[in-house]
Amino acid sequence: MVDDARGEVSLRVNGTAHRLEVDNRRTLLDALRDSIGHTGPKKGCDRGQCGACTVLVDGRRVVSCLMLAVAADGCEITTVEGLAGGGELSPIQQAFVRLDGFQCGYCTAGQLCSAVGMLAEHAAGWPSAVTADVSPDLAAPRLDAAEVRERMSGNLCRCGAYPSIVRAVLETAARGQVAG
Amino acid sequence: MKEFAYRRATGVRDALALVAADPGARYLAGGTNLVDLMKVEVEAPTRLVDVRHLPLGGVGEAPDGGLVIGATTTNSDAAADPRVRRRFPALSQAILAGASGQLRNMATVGGNLLQRTRCAYFADPAAPCNKRVPGSGCPAVAREHHNHAVLGWSEQCVATHASDMAVALAAFDAVVRYESPGGAGEIPLAEFYLPVGRTPHLETALPPGALITAVALPGAAASPRSRYRKVRERASYAFATVSVAASLDVHDGAVRDVRIALGGVASKPWRARVAESALRGGPATAERFRAAAAEELSAARPLRDNGYKVTLARNLIAAVLSELV
Repeated sequence: MVDDARGEVSLRVNGTAHRLEVDNRRTLLDALRDSIGHTGPKKGCDRGQCGACTVLVDGRRVVSCLMLAVAADGCEITTVEGLAGGGELSPIQQAFVRLDGFQCGYCTAGQLCSAVGMLAEHAAGWPSAVTADVSPDLAAPRLDAAEVRERMSGNLCRCGAYPSIVRAVLETAARGQVAG
Repeated sequence: MKEFAYRRATGVRDALALVAADPGARYLAGGTNLVDLMKVEVEAPTRLVDVRHLPLGGVGEAPDGGLVIGATTTNSDAAADPRVRRRFPALSQAILAGASGQLRNMATVGGNLLQRTRCAYFADPAAPCNKRVPGSGCPAVAREHHNHAVLGWSEQCVATHASDMAVALAAFDAVVRYESPGGAGEIPLAEFYLPVGRTPHLETALPPGALITAVALPGAAASPRSRYRKVRERASYAFATVSVAASLDVHDGAVRDVRIALGGVASKPWRARVAESALRGGPATAERFRAAAAEELSAARPLRDNGYKVTLARNLIAAVLSELV
């Protein structure tokens, strides 16, 4: 038995501050879903392999199932619920709707958060595993279908909506609407 | 998951003291491997000491023209760093070839070095495994081993090391820096991972309670002509079957310097020193590359179902070197 197996956590989720007392074993995903009530992030594999739980932590995409809630203390979290603003879907959400970027929808919250993070990474000039030359002295890699597939490979879709997801991400990127 | 205490360390000394005080304590950084293994109780620390927020992040210049990458630098930041991409492109490529965008944003350089094997028997607490429970046996030798080691393994363990990053670090002669209760120290990557032998549960040369603080890349190893290539069972987001990190310096058609390391073939990144010596000073031709690769792999001892890795490694070495000429 561990005597200090619980901790206090402050999280700012989609702009709202939350203070929670959690078991140290609680993942950020479970804290978001069960303690705060944001059920957008989904528990697919719970092992960091499917990406359905993807959220943005301090602006970067992560899998919330492998982050302990206590380790996220003080962080700014954005879930899929926080992507839309002022009653209007964000550009990436609109593109997913317009281009059929999903079928059953289970992976969609993770796909959307991942796409927002990934577009920001690309805009910052980050190369990927399919970028032919990683030299920083060349122009940033052009975002094409191969780049999107590689950069989004941490998000699985069992319905196989990949072609439409790739189109939705490319269209959003082409419109320069990186902020999601 | 077993219960554990959690503390965010306030400094390196604090972290060392917290871990030294509890034999069941472990450092936590990105947690992408540790938390995953805690879920299946392959890891069951009684205390996690979070070092993620210590001022050990970022990439800095070394006096010798090399780079020092702080231990808590995320894999993403290390791979995106312009100086890494310019001077050690194979390192950037190796990091980008590993895991997913989300995991690279969480995982740290120090943690990446200490990740555990993805051998399925190791990850299954119901199975025997000499790495997890010394003396319990290794089912992989007789059973499922198509993605296991072909070089340097022992009857006690045939697991491979999972890191892509460490393969490039091995090629570049990186040095791991640490702090420990007994003082600071450094270990060349070539000596960082222990030979499997009869003690597969002892994986690194780090002293007990040590905390990795940085990885130094020597300026002499910098090579814009370096490359990492990874072969895996799907196009992305999978561990290597075989990978190669190499750099090549050719002058007047002759090999002035060459560095080759293999991933996915051994319990540690496998520096191909036999192939390197066979090539140094000789002509930089595809024929010589193939011969040197064959010489390196002549030491391979494939198991029943992983002989394909020997062919793959030979071909991959020759292909990557040819691309670098």
